[in-house]
Amino acid sequence: MNHLLRSHAPISDAGWTLLDEEARERLTPPLAARKLVDFSGPHGWDYSATNLGRTSALASAPSAGVSGLKRQVLPLVELRADFELSRAELRDADRGAEDVDLEALDNAAHQIALAENVAVFHGWQDAITGMSEASPHDVLELGEDTDSYPARVAGAVERLQCDGITGPYGVALGREQYRRVVETAEHGGYLLFDHLRKIVEGPLVWAPGARGAVVVSLRGGDFLFESGQDLSIGYDSYDADVIRLYLQESFSFRVVTPEAAVALTA
Amino acid sequence: MGFDQYHEPPGELPPPTRTFARLCASLTEEAEAIGWYEQRIALETDPEALAVMRDAQGEEFKHFSMDLEFLLRRMPAWREIAQGILFQTGDIVEHGEEAEAETFEGAGAGAEGAFEAGSLGIGSLRGASR
Repeated sequence: MNHLLRSHAPISDAGWTLLDEEARERLTPPLAARKLVDFSGPHGWDYSATNLGRTSALASAPSAGVSGLKRQVLPLVELRADFELSRAELRDADRGAEDVDLEALDNAAHQIALAENVAVFHGWQDAITGMSEASPHDVLELGEDTDSYPARVAGAVERLQCDGITGPYGVALGREQYRRVVETAEHGGYLLFDHLRKIVEGPLVWAPGARGAVVVSLRGGDFLFESGQDLSIGYDSYDADVIRLYLQESFSFRVVTPEAAVALTA
Repeated sequence: MGFDQYHEPPGELPPPTRTFARLCASLTEEAEAIGWYEQRIALETDPEALAVMRDAQGEEFKHFSMDLEFLLRRMPAWREIAQGILFQTGDIVEHGEEAEAETFEGAGAGAEGAFEAGSLGIGSLRGASR
């Protein structure tokens, strides 16, 4: 048994299968960052830091005649979203109920996916530098007028190209921006979604938590997501009525090429 | 050869699974090459030819090991079992049974087929639609 303590939970094998499948189904659509960045791992729960290959100076040496350097590493961060499920609901699932109430799990899945997106796209104070805050490019305005979206996105792509950042490119769109794009047809009936995809030559990604949009290069090597423990459901405690579980992951994220992303505000 | 490494329709497989299948196929090919060189070396009498083949077989050792390491990194449950078996002294089968039990016991049946004990196995979503 590992640290997730799953076998201590009063949950049947079928119940765990149900919960894992539900979580996977709910997590995959909103995990936008993983659709755009390089992913490595998972390296395990006991993996604590990413090697940066750099050193920092030390003020002194332990004794005369030698010098020393300190290695720099990027610590992994942990995200955890707690939730409670009704034991009666899980018992009904074991009886074959198809309409089991897993809303708390669904909400936790959305929350942790959103947090991962925010950390990658915009940063997490004292923990992660996000794409938009690392980017040296001026922030462009996307605005609300969808007529201007192709020009704004093309402008972002042009900035990347001017810096020698090759494509294909991808776009993370916040919820509101994504909704506007998918519901809009341009003059002549051409879908704005398809037009933007042609401009970036890559995916448009629904990115809950993203503020506005971020245009990024997908050539690889620019944005590195390192997973320690990938998203997992763990067990916390239970009483007569509920089981307390949590979704958890550990990861680091670093921007290797700050110029490879352009942020567009809402 | 074509696309024989796929057991299911490639178009229905997510990119990480296709990559995984390619490396599995590569691992198989490297293992076959090691076996073929071993047979040739067993019969060859020319010292110079033997040296060349031993060097070539060494390349296959490297390729096989790189393929294996890649696959183990992508599938932690496999890695965990391998850690209990590889480079150990003693009874291989016993180590195998113990490693398998330790890996999956803590995961619960819900983790069957998952990438690590208890993991949802989501990983990279590059290439996923939407």
